[in-house]
Amino acid sequence: MAHTGLVLPNSGHNRDAEANKFGMWLFLFTELLLFGGLFIVYMVYRMLNHEAFLLSSFELNVTMGTVNTVVLLVSSMTIAMAVSAIQMGQAKRSAMLLWITFALAGVFLVIKYFEWSAKIHHGLFPGLDYYNNLPAGERLFFFLYYIMTGLHALHIIIGMVIILFTIRQTNNGTLSPEKHSLTENAGLYWHLVDLIWIYLFPLFYLIH
Amino acid sequence: MATATAQVSYLEAKKGILSWLFSVDHKRIGLLYLYSLITFFLVGVTLGLLMRYELLNPGKDLVEAKTYNQIFTLHGVIMIFLFIIPSIPAVFGNFFLPIMLGTDDVSFPRLNLLSWWVYIIGAVMALSTLVFGDGPADTGWTFYAPYSVKTGTNVSMSVLAAFILGFSSILTGLNFIVTIHRLRAPGMTFTKMPLFAWALYATSWIQLLATPIIGITLLMIVAERTLGVGLFDPSIGGDPILYQHLFWIYSHPAVYIMALPAFGIISELLPTFSRRTIFGYKAIAYSSLAIAFVGYFIWGHHMFTSGMSGTARFIFSMLTFLVAIPTAIKVFNWVATLYKGSIHVEPPLLYALAFIFQFMIGGFTGLILGALATDIHLHDTYFVVGHFHYVMFGGTGFAFFGALHYWYPKIWGRMYNKAVANIAFVIFFIGFNTLYFPMFISGLMGMPRRYYDYLPEFHVPNIVSTVGSWILAIGLLIMLGNLIVARFRGRKVTERDPWGGITLEWQTPTPPPVQNFDSLPELPLNGPYDYENKPQIKD
Ligand code: HEM
Ligand SMILES: [Cu+2]
Repeated sequence: MAHTGLVLPNSGHNRDAEANKFGMWLFLFTELLLFGGLFIVYMVYRMLNHEAFLLSSFELNVTMGTVNTVVLLVSSMTIAMAVSAIQMGQAKRSAMLLWITFALAGVFLVIKYFEWSAKIHHGLFPGLDYYNNLPAGERLFFFLYYIMTGLHALHIIIGMVIILFTIRQTNNGTLSPEKHSLTENAGLYWHLVDLIWIYLFPLFYLIH
Repeated sequence: MATATAQVSYLEAKKGILSWLFSVDHKRIGLLYLYSLITFFLVGVTLGLLMRYELLNPGKDLVEAKTYNQIFTLHGVIMIFLFIIPSIPAVFGNFFLPIMLGTDDVSFPRLNLLSWWVYIIGAVMALSTLVFGDGPADTGWTFYAPYSVKTGTNVSMSVLAAFILGFSSILTGLNFIVTIHRLRAPGMTFTKMPLFAWALYATSWIQLLATPIIGITLLMIVAERTLGVGLFDPSIGGDPILYQHLFWIYSHPAVYIMALPAFGIISELLPTFSRRTIFGYKAIAYSSLAIAFVGYFIWGHHMFTSGMSGTARFIFSMLTFLVAIPTAIKVFNWVATLYKGSIHVEPPLLYALAFIFQFMIGGFTGLILGALATDIHLHDTYFVVGHFHYVMFGGTGFAFFGALHYWYPKIWGRMYNKAVANIAFVIFFIGFNTLYFPMFISGLMGMPRRYYDYLPEFHVPNIVSTVGSWILAIGLLIMLGNLIVARFRGRKVTERDPWGGITLEWQTPTPPPVQNFDSLPELPLNGPYDYENKPQIKD
């Protein structure tokens, strides 16, 4: 823009916090739809294999699932607090809250890891003998369980990267009460990850 | 006022290949897309010509049955995912949307660059099946299960490529929606936006709302292939019909990702070359949204023969017919725009007229396929092949080339040889119709699609069709040759508005400077096509 006197009033090179947030919302839509496809498949197969899904759901560890739900809910709260903190200009506190969120995400993954490895240890994974001898409906249940919670875990990891990046920007001092759409977007993304888990948890662990 | 340096065009602002590959200028990204797209298009055309050659005579001419299956699959994948879906939005949307809105870039320039890189990665993955693994997929571009789960060819790579390409498409759509909401010039309300922007707006929503579904469906195919679980394979408990539903929930709306931007192009070309405001601006704008909306609920018409309840078939068929209404509204408005206009016959207008003619053939044959009784007879015959080439190639393809001829002088500041362009058009047009029209006849006679062989009674239409493919290829070569030569030798164009157009891109210097405008864009008084109050353009 330097070499001309003309600056267009609505420029793509303006810093536009509204646009950033709008873009993030649109992206979250697509994420919801991505999982939406899986939810449809889950619903169809649950209707076709009602008994088998019921039986299989008893094999999941409700305690671990519940703990993880609480962990994610608390992390959603801490990231929301991080957003408020940066809005009030408290960068230090915001960074600290982001670190807590990051740690909670780590806890979630560790618990998930123990859950998965216990199952795999029992031979409950596609390709292993125990799994292969299950009736078709139960195999479907566990396959969907792995795909859906796996994809969700992947989102947790991506979210952790985003949070780390936000922490770095916060510590660099690039974020301020006037300019904090990065923190807000990280928060939005994290709430989405949380929200999807809120659906996954009852679908796999709870409905009997 | 503008200084001399401000006039440096985007083409000359920076030099070197890297200044292109990593440019965040929407104009350069548009051209990156153009060059890559045309390359893949030519690969696809070559595959198409090979198929037509194989079909010149019954029996084997050139390739084995399996190779033929791989060729039409790769042809379909390239033409759909690498050419026609990105085509108009990624090239002309990128280049002209910001200018037509009176701004200097899209909302997220870096995301824009990323979307091109993602596109290239997807393209390399799709083409890599030619060299690596067990050869390109042989499933057809629809990757129907259970065959796609069982075949030994490299389906996983093709499917992952389509997934990646979908991601690129989502990023472009997202960028356009935010740009249209946030960056319109002051005074340009939604109903004063050029119709091309409207078309891109509707398209972008479909890109955003439909693409994720196919993404996850394709990932399920990969998971099923690698882990061997019966998601879609009935022999181990899966449901192949569910796959078809999920596939078409995206892929039917995707045909509007292909068609709507073309409608937008035609709505720009006709007012310019008849020097007349477009007839029924609002009807055209809102019918795009109507098409996008209704288009969501009619995917089942691809599955009339795969097992669906009678009620479902009836509803899908009826909704399919409904889409014809907003589409016809557009056609009537275009024709009404020409009526009593001051018509200037230039190459872009020829493409627009051919679009209307061919798209109507494509649309009417679509209604025939949407009717239950006739579809049972015509499903999976050459009638379908004729239908979708008329829509995608005769429609969107022609609109794409029309747009290329229309904006050519603005993009490169040069003019092609118009006489040669006209000749190329005529050959291209004749070739196109000779190639595809006979397919309706062989299809009605019962010739199935996706076979390298056929019964002797289908010989005549196949000969005609193959000869047509050669005529078309000649026309295409002349057209592209003319454009390439003009890039270097063409008459220099410096006037801002060589066609007498009215949208804002004609107020910018030719070719535009990096920041697009050298003075504040002036909007016509009453809407974007108000020729009576056309702003005076100073060259
Ligand atoms: C010179 C140009 C072209 C020629 C000669 C050509 C020829 C063909 C032929 C013969 C088939 C049918 C194969 C079969 O069913 O046995 C076919 C299929 C197809 N073509 Fe083209 N085509 C051309 C351009 C295009 C363009 C521009 C598009 C899209 C914009 C396109 C999209 C497709 C698709 C989607 C299929 C279906 C593939 C499948 O069955 O999976 N083609 N083409
Ligand atoms: Cu359709």
